[in-house]
Amino acid sequence: MLAPTFLIVMGIVLFPLLANFWISAKPVTLSDLRPPTPVVSERVRGDFDIAGQEFEIQYRLRNSSRDGDITDVVLTDTLPAGITVIDPGDVCTVTGAEVRCALDGLPAGERTRLKMTAVSDESFAANPVSPRDSEPTVTGTSDNILTNSEFTLDNFARIFDSHEFWSVLWVTITYTVFGTLGALVLGLFAAQMLNKPFAGRSIIRGLFLFPYVAPVIAVAFTWVILLDPFNGTFNAILQRMNLADEGVNFFGQRDIPIDVFGLTIDFPLALATVIAFEAWRYFPLSFLFILARMQSISSDMYEAAEVDGATPLQQFWHISLPQLLGILSTLFLLRFIWTFNKFDDIFLLTGGAAGTRTLTVDVYEQGFALSNLGAGAAVAVAIFILLLVFAVFYFKFVHREDS
Amino acid sequence: MRIGTGLLLGLLTGLLWGTIAVALTGISLTLITGLPATPIISAGALGGAVNAAIIMLRAPADRTPGLYLVAFAGVIVSMMLVSFGAPFSLAFSESSLIQAFGVGLIALAVTFANRAVLIDIQSGMLKRYAIDLVIVRTLKGFGFVFFSVIVILPFYVMVMTSLKNQQDLFLNPLDLSIDLTQGAASLFDSYVELFTKFNFGRFLLISTIVSVCTVLITLAFSIPGAYAVARLKFPGQTVLSSSILLIYLVPMIVLVIPLYAVFSQLGLRNTVVGLLIVYPATTVPVALYMLQGYFRGLPAELEEAGLMDGLSRFGVIWKITLPLALPALASVSLYVFMIAWNEFLFAFMFLDDPDIFTLSRGVVSLNSSEVPRQHLMAGAVIATVPILVIFLWFERFLVQGLTAGSVKG
Repeated sequence: MLAPTFLIVMGIVLFPLLANFWISAKPVTLSDLRPPTPVVSERVRGDFDIAGQEFEIQYRLRNSSRDGDITDVVLTDTLPAGITVIDPGDVCTVTGAEVRCALDGLPAGERTRLKMTAVSDESFAANPVSPRDSEPTVTGTSDNILTNSEFTLDNFARIFDSHEFWSVLWVTITYTVFGTLGALVLGLFAAQMLNKPFAGRSIIRGLFLFPYVAPVIAVAFTWVILLDPFNGTFNAILQRMNLADEGVNFFGQRDIPIDVFGLTIDFPLALATVIAFEAWRYFPLSFLFILARMQSISSDMYEAAEVDGATPLQQFWHISLPQLLGILSTLFLLRFIWTFNKFDDIFLLTGGAAGTRTLTVDVYEQGFALSNLGAGAAVAVAIFILLLVFAVFYFKFVHREDS
Repeated sequence: MRIGTGLLLGLLTGLLWGTIAVALTGISLTLITGLPATPIISAGALGGAVNAAIIMLRAPADRTPGLYLVAFAGVIVSMMLVSFGAPFSLAFSESSLIQAFGVGLIALAVTFANRAVLIDIQSGMLKRYAIDLVIVRTLKGFGFVFFSVIVILPFYVMVMTSLKNQQDLFLNPLDLSIDLTQGAASLFDSYVELFTKFNFGRFLLISTIVSVCTVLITLAFSIPGAYAVARLKFPGQTVLSSSILLIYLVPMIVLVIPLYAVFSQLGLRNTVVGLLIVYPATTVPVALYMLQGYFRGLPAELEEAGLMDGLSRFGVIWKITLPLALPALASVSLYVFMIAWNEFLFAFMFLDDPDIFTLSRGVVSLNSSEVPRQHLMAGAVIATVPILVIFLWFERFLVQGLTAGSVKG
């Protein structure tokens, strides 16, 4: 009963994971996904509807690719009844109504014509149909870059040599750490607020889950429009409250200088904004978990602490927090990995511009924007290896607690 | 009145509430009515402090409703004095009713907030317990305001932007008020256009089909799998059930390139079938994990009784286990539906043909400089409303699903 599940998961998850290694060692680009194919069009010259009159059937063959050869090209077609081929030419043979033409090869960009001479008889001429009505089919073997034995390490060299990769890695780590911490802290804060029952608690709880439940495209575009530097509502509010002189380009500006005690620090604005989005969108999840855990802490402990004169902050610090430590560390690890894996959010918010390109966005950038699938797969391999490290941590620390 | 840390803390929280109330009310007034209001923060802050001071004039036990009324009036008087009669930097003669309402609202909110924080706090020196109490209450109150604003503001902007037109938006981005006199046709202009010219009706249909099919396929795969993991004994059982969870950790973007390459060659890329292969593969592990946990909790005796009475294994699953597991099935289904509905990456990478766009893909196609932004927001609203309605309707199940699975993030 488990077998179907395993098959589909293997096929769609594990196979691609391994395939990444294969592709990453291939000089493959997006255009290679369309392999060279032979294309045929059929022409008829002369009057085929006059009995006894000779006419010519032409097959025009073309290689669709300019740089890949095709070998073993075979063309097949069916002639209408009543047509007799007089001269089938060099490469074609006719058996009954079936035409079969075989060519050794069709080099890149090459065109060729196959000609046959034929006549039609009385019965055909009385009721003529064009020989073109039956579509010829043509097959051929071409070298597929994905399956041949050409390998290269260029992709990896290309990825690791560039300074970009290290800055991308750095951005990824910053984004992951702060995004995770932000979501956890906000979730802890929100859970603390809703821990004690009050009227309207379930409504507020539902409201707090909105950012997580809504589709990512909807909320990401809303943030983009809300924070628009020229006519976004948020910038307008900032200006109205005299907090900013002109529109701040939250998603477009790499960093802004901030003066701290005479030191000027370049604050990575766009990165901070995507981190804020991440914390905003995923705090509901940690909030739900932490709230569920909090509700299960026995109230006896708080009552005892109350009797002993512990203040609310002391109770939080010495009772709630230690009790929540388990769920907090589990959440941190899981959220850390998921934030690391996150692609949609940054892609939709900034497209990886202005110093927000993470490894996952880099996969898209290399593979599809620069249409170098091999390089994209190489980045994916790098991600996979980092994940393996995380997975070891996961199994060592988290999984044990779960069970 | 004694002077001590109590009074100091009271004044500070009063200051905070006054600031928050006046800033929020000022911005809300602008966003809702379109008045160019600039709230004067100092006026609000002082009003809040005065309010707290008046409340703390008396010991907690002697605070009468009359005192709160005086404190309420104190906010209004001090705000008007400090801002020279223009608390929103507008002459009071202009929309005086709305401005009066705004000031009244601020005074009321500040009085309530101060009362809630300072209800049992006296003005003299405080013990540590009372100080903490004030801090915790203030933080909680601040938290409510903060979270409500960050959650509501984006959704409010999304809905209101979709109902406006481009010129108004460029003219004054703060004015999100809508003119109800213009009639429904012009109000919902963007929506009409999306459904007539941009084919959103079809996107909605495709999204629904894809999501429902994903749920059905996922259930078809995960129910037998979860049952096997939960009930049957076979070698390697624990390894299998825990290793399937590893899928949790695999980023979708890593799968995109190989799947793109293979699906392109197989001709599955630009098809709904392609999506229906990928989506269940990513949701089955989650569903299996959630279901097997629930199946384990069901009493095995019932099923054994069923087996004794001559039911087959599948008969037992169909007639006994599934009816008992209905709540779990509901939360799994809703959760999977949500994932499929919100999915963006594969829809974006795989679909090129506008005839089979899902909503996510359709909304992305609106993100261009040629399409006015209210259309984009209307698209976002169309994608959000169904899932939020389902969420609110079945909140209990979905929250269960989120906590039990909570995986695809």
